Amino acid sequence: MARYVVDVMPKQEILDPQGKAVLGALPRLGFAGVVDVRQGKRFEVEVEGEPSDETLAEVRKMAETLLSNPVIEDYEVHAQASDQ
Amino acid sequence: MRIGVVTFPGSLDDDDARRAVGIGGHEAVSLWHGDHDLQGVDAVILPGGFSYGDYLRCGAISRFAPVMTEVVAAAEQGLPVLGICNGFQILCESHLLPGALIRNDHRKFVCKDQKLRIENTRTAWTSGYDEGAEITIVLKNGEGGYVADADTLDRLEGEGRVVARYLDGNPNGSLHDIAGITNERGNVVGLMPHPEHAVEALTGAGTDGLGFFTSLVAASV
Repeated sequence: MARYVVDVMPKQEILDPQGKAVLGALPRLGFAGVVDVRQGKRFEVEVEGEPSDETLAEVRKMAETLLSNPVIEDYEVHAQASDQ
Repeated sequence: MRIGVVTFPGSLDDDDARRAVGIGGHEAVSLWHGDHDLQGVDAVILPGGFSYGDYLRCGAISRFAPVMTEVVAAAEQGLPVLGICNGFQILCESHLLPGALIRNDHRKFVCKDQKLRIENTRTAWTSGYDEGAEITIVLKNGEGGYVADADTLDRLEGEGRVVARYLDGNPNGSLHDIAGITNERGNVVGLMPHPEHAVEALTGAGTDGLGFFTSLVAASV
């Protein structure tokens, strides 16, 4: 089984209200010195067969088509080492 | 005219939209998200509410609903399409309109009567309004902040494609106070506030929203 991780983050210039909410909560809990928090999404995608360039390209396509909205988000795809 | 109103799993305002279509003098046709069929309608409304749980991002999954394949193809041929609230989000995810809608900057759900200015009366859905008309209709959303990159905003402003703008304060962090936009052709309009909730004097914010449902006649005459 080929495993891939897709990290999706709001673009730097896009306001991230969820990250701002977390940033606001941390000092209230006593965590000092936190300057910024941005919240994104992590997808773990398992694909049949052995990892290959073709599968990686396919997962990139998934990230572009559905998992992220390129207007407001950036994504990164990387293969995850098999645990077997 | 026959105006289709799509029901997605989670749509809330499809019934009100159909009612508004009727009050506007048209025949409402119910369309189903799972059908590859627009039933020969003359225009389509994507109503407000939610769709497919709005998992991932609002409108991200509904964009790929069978009916949307037909809506996108027909819109590209000039079919009038109006997306309200969640419908606006779906139109952005479908790339029929530029930009995206993100969570309100203040992170709270908004539900209020909202004043708007109609700035573009050349679209299929707003031709019945006077340019610069100030109207009050209902705004209710959690993710209504309109965002787009600077080039897109410049283009929208330069081409007069901002259809409606918030007045008396920005309720959700939308860039340039944008409440609604249109595509280059003027047949596709996305609007965050809800004109379908403002078509009868008995309920809601008045009847200022009716123009969105009567403009199609004005446009076709």
